[in-house]
Amino acid sequence: MKQTILIVDDSKLARMAVIKALSSLRPDWTRVEASNADEALALVKQQTPDVAVLDFNMPGKDGLVLAAELRELAPQIRLAVISANHQVEVVNRAREAGATFLPKPLTEKSLGEFLDAGQQ
Amino acid sequence: MSQTSVLDELELDALTELVNLGVSKAALGLREMVREEVILSVPKVSILTREMAIATLGDQEQRRLVAVHQDFEGEINGRALLIFPEAKSMELVRAVVGGDLPLEELMELEQEALAETGNVILNSCLGTIANSLQRSLRISLPEVVHGDGAEFFSLSPAPEAGDSVLFIYINFAVRRRDIQGYIAMLLDLPSLVTLKSMLGQFIERTGGETLPTHSHGV
Repeated sequence: MKQTILIVDDSKLARMAVIKALSSLRPDWTRVEASNADEALALVKQQTPDVAVLDFNMPGKDGLVLAAELRELAPQIRLAVISANHQVEVVNRAREAGATFLPKPLTEKSLGEFLDAGQQ
Repeated sequence: MSQTSVLDELELDALTELVNLGVSKAALGLREMVREEVILSVPKVSILTREMAIATLGDQEQRRLVAVHQDFEGEINGRALLIFPEAKSMELVRAVVGGDLPLEELMELEQEALAETGNVILNSCLGTIANSLQRSLRISLPEVVHGDGAEFFSLSPAPEAGDSVLFIYINFAVRRRDIQGYIAMLLDLPSLVTLKSMLGQFIERTGGETLPTHSHGV
């Protein structure tokens, strides 16, 4: 089923890495990009994506704060927080925000497992 | 400054991501040592004159500082530093070795504990970056220096006045321990040309061959 995925990362290269994995995992999905939390919130208010992958360490609001706000705004979105910072506190906060934690550098395998889990 | 054009926007972005990977790995090591979460800022990457790099650190910190530094050599050469206010260094040592030792013993351990902490953090940071670039770097032993940016940022051989450096810095903090400091990295400009081509390859591996996106936003 064709879905929409929102990719939020202040790094263009990091968004490119997600898109690269997506183009082999879910080539037909619609991709929407934002480079910060406020831009992401504005986009979600226009059109709710099915899935959102959020970078943790961003200038302004971080990915965990954004995850909590997206939960409020649109509880049905499946969320993942991506970060190289996998200290247990960060992983736990992602879980508490109802998001799956995916380590950076992102692999096609881990993104694929997250996407598959949501479609079962 | 004309030198800022040495790296384009995507290359600077890639370098910031690399530093983020390196510092995150380092924070994981520090977290194990102090058993508390280590908070990281978003890395700042800029090309500055050496004087401006010194001034940037001076603006952040007026206090006397202590740094652990390690120099790296290979296709790119530079220095990585872990910098703290001198007044906080004992708190870091206490957090790393455990809280039960009397102050006198802690003071005896200070140099050694700082050098070892720096070694763990800087090596995991530099190692992650080198691995991501698929290069190897020779990393010197850690050295502990008390002083300020002017001393920390003078690489040998003595630099010419007004030369530029790639200056990367990131704040970290362990809130419950009142520990905070900086990780900084300096690269001389000749290394930048080499780094540019390594970053190009890294970008190709990481994000290359992406189809044009149907994106809005950005």
